[in-house]
Amino acid sequence: MSEQDFLRDFPLLNNKVNDIAYLDNGATTQKPESVIQAICGYYGGCNANPHRGAYALSVKATDIYENARGKTAGFIKAKDPAEIIFTKNATEALNLVAYAYGLANVEQGDEIVLTISEHHSNLVPWQFVARTKGATLKYIYLEEDGNLSQEDIATKITDRTKIVAVTQVSNVLGLKNDVQDIVKKAHSVGAVAVVDGSQSVAHMQVDVQALGADFFAFSGHKMLSPMGIGVLYGRYEILDHMQPFLFGGDMIEYVDEQETSYAEVPARFEAGTQNVGGAAGLTAAIDYLEKIGFERIEAIEKDLVDYALPRLREMPFIELYGCDSKIDNKTGIITFNVKDVHPHDVASILDSQGVAVRAGHHCAQPLMKYLGQNATCRASFYLYNTREDVDRWLDALSKVRRVMHLE
Amino acid sequence: MNELEAIYTEVITEHSRCQENKHPLQCATCCQKGHNPSCGDEITLELQVEEGRVKDAAFTGAGCAISQASTDIMIDLMRGKTVEEARSLTDKFMAMLKREVTDEVELEDLEEALALKNISNMPARVKCAALAWRTLKEALGRAD
Repeated sequence: MSEQDFLRDFPLLNNKVNDIAYLDNGATTQKPESVIQAICGYYGGCNANPHRGAYALSVKATDIYENARGKTAGFIKAKDPAEIIFTKNATEALNLVAYAYGLANVEQGDEIVLTISEHHSNLVPWQFVARTKGATLKYIYLEEDGNLSQEDIATKITDRTKIVAVTQVSNVLGLKNDVQDIVKKAHSVGAVAVVDGSQSVAHMQVDVQALGADFFAFSGHKMLSPMGIGVLYGRYEILDHMQPFLFGGDMIEYVDEQETSYAEVPARFEAGTQNVGGAAGLTAAIDYLEKIGFERIEAIEKDLVDYALPRLREMPFIELYGCDSKIDNKTGIITFNVKDVHPHDVASILDSQGVAVRAGHHCAQPLMKYLGQNATCRASFYLYNTREDVDRWLDALSKVRRVMHLE
Repeated sequence: MNELEAIYTEVITEHSRCQENKHPLQCATCCQKGHNPSCGDEITLELQVEEGRVKDAAFTGAGCAISQASTDIMIDLMRGKTVEEARSLTDKFMAMLKREVTDEVELEDLEEALALKNISNMPARVKCAALAWRTLKEALGRAD
């Protein structure tokens, strides 16, 4: 099956109306027909409130929802489906950890260690925890080539560290971090490791047990699923000792006038009616990804990066970020600037030629400041992208400076 | 591409690179920050308002060509205007971006800022053009 065949599975891309080279997969991916059908199928034939009604339809909805949990556990190689908590996205999943674990376990004088390349969603919640509890935030900075500083990893995680928050792949630099090593270091000082998998889980095989992650968060919409469904994986032993994050229906055991006992994990963390249609979509997305396989997906993305980078380097007006890693850990994200042109102007000019890229700070303002940039452009690939998309992007790029009257 | 050329005209790209109004203002009576959080554009607008008149203005900051050109053009336009005139020109500019006022004769007193009229065809970029004017309005609100 060639990339063109994948394109045929995606209604938004496979039509003449949009006619777009969609290179903003780091922000969200398009959805295959099978995922769209799964959502329609749920609302068209199976919709009822799960875990509640004593009638067949509600049982069916419950099955769809719980089947998604089992499917997700298998997808990231969790030991137990109960370790999968559905949220609305990675941001909510990370907030759940910050509120329900962070506030309860971080004390004054403790330290939380982050990397400078975290997305705001794995950074701002920890600032809140640190400020609320009187703890200190410490950052792991970068080597020249954009990879995490080994010296910082060795020296900043100390006996005072309670939480280490790290992204598996930077959404700006597109470099894969050695999460396994950082988790090991965190565990050696008794800290828990919170891993943001938003940019990894759709692009490579994730094994949360091999990583050793205590928490692992990701969004469905960045992996072919609908918006509004996300996942928090947590090790059962830790989840079991945590207080709820949100309170309400479905997360209780008994409720009296003054007291409530809470449900077991994972129900304890899923208050209120959940996004069952989203879970149905997530199941279909995992089926789709598993059918193709990550070996194939990684090969497609690598081909596009290897095709684009030498051509970009030949353009004297292009500046690249995170493209000179000394180790083989580049994913399908290329962040760049056009000299003397602001990224928003670049993105508008590319858009007018049918190329969609992201421009701005990519929800990573501390990293932008660290790189000394106000903003950058980012092209991010996925399995349906083709060399023709790259050609279209590069051709459009070559016109940017002319439009801006710089040549 | 034609739509683009109607926006990135030479007037706009030249103003976007013009440094004349881009500096701290020695005798500023009022300083206002403006920010587009979603894209990271930010400016600091400084005004010298004396006896109900914008005697001088300048800005510092960073952003796209449209936000920078819009700020530069706005400052040229406002220098010497009364606070009342400045307010009414700001309202007119915003109305132009929203296509509430389209008549070129009515928009004439916006002078070079008229060059930003076509931004209304690019909804994603309207906020870039509006940043300086939104900031000015806040600054003038405090200038009385």
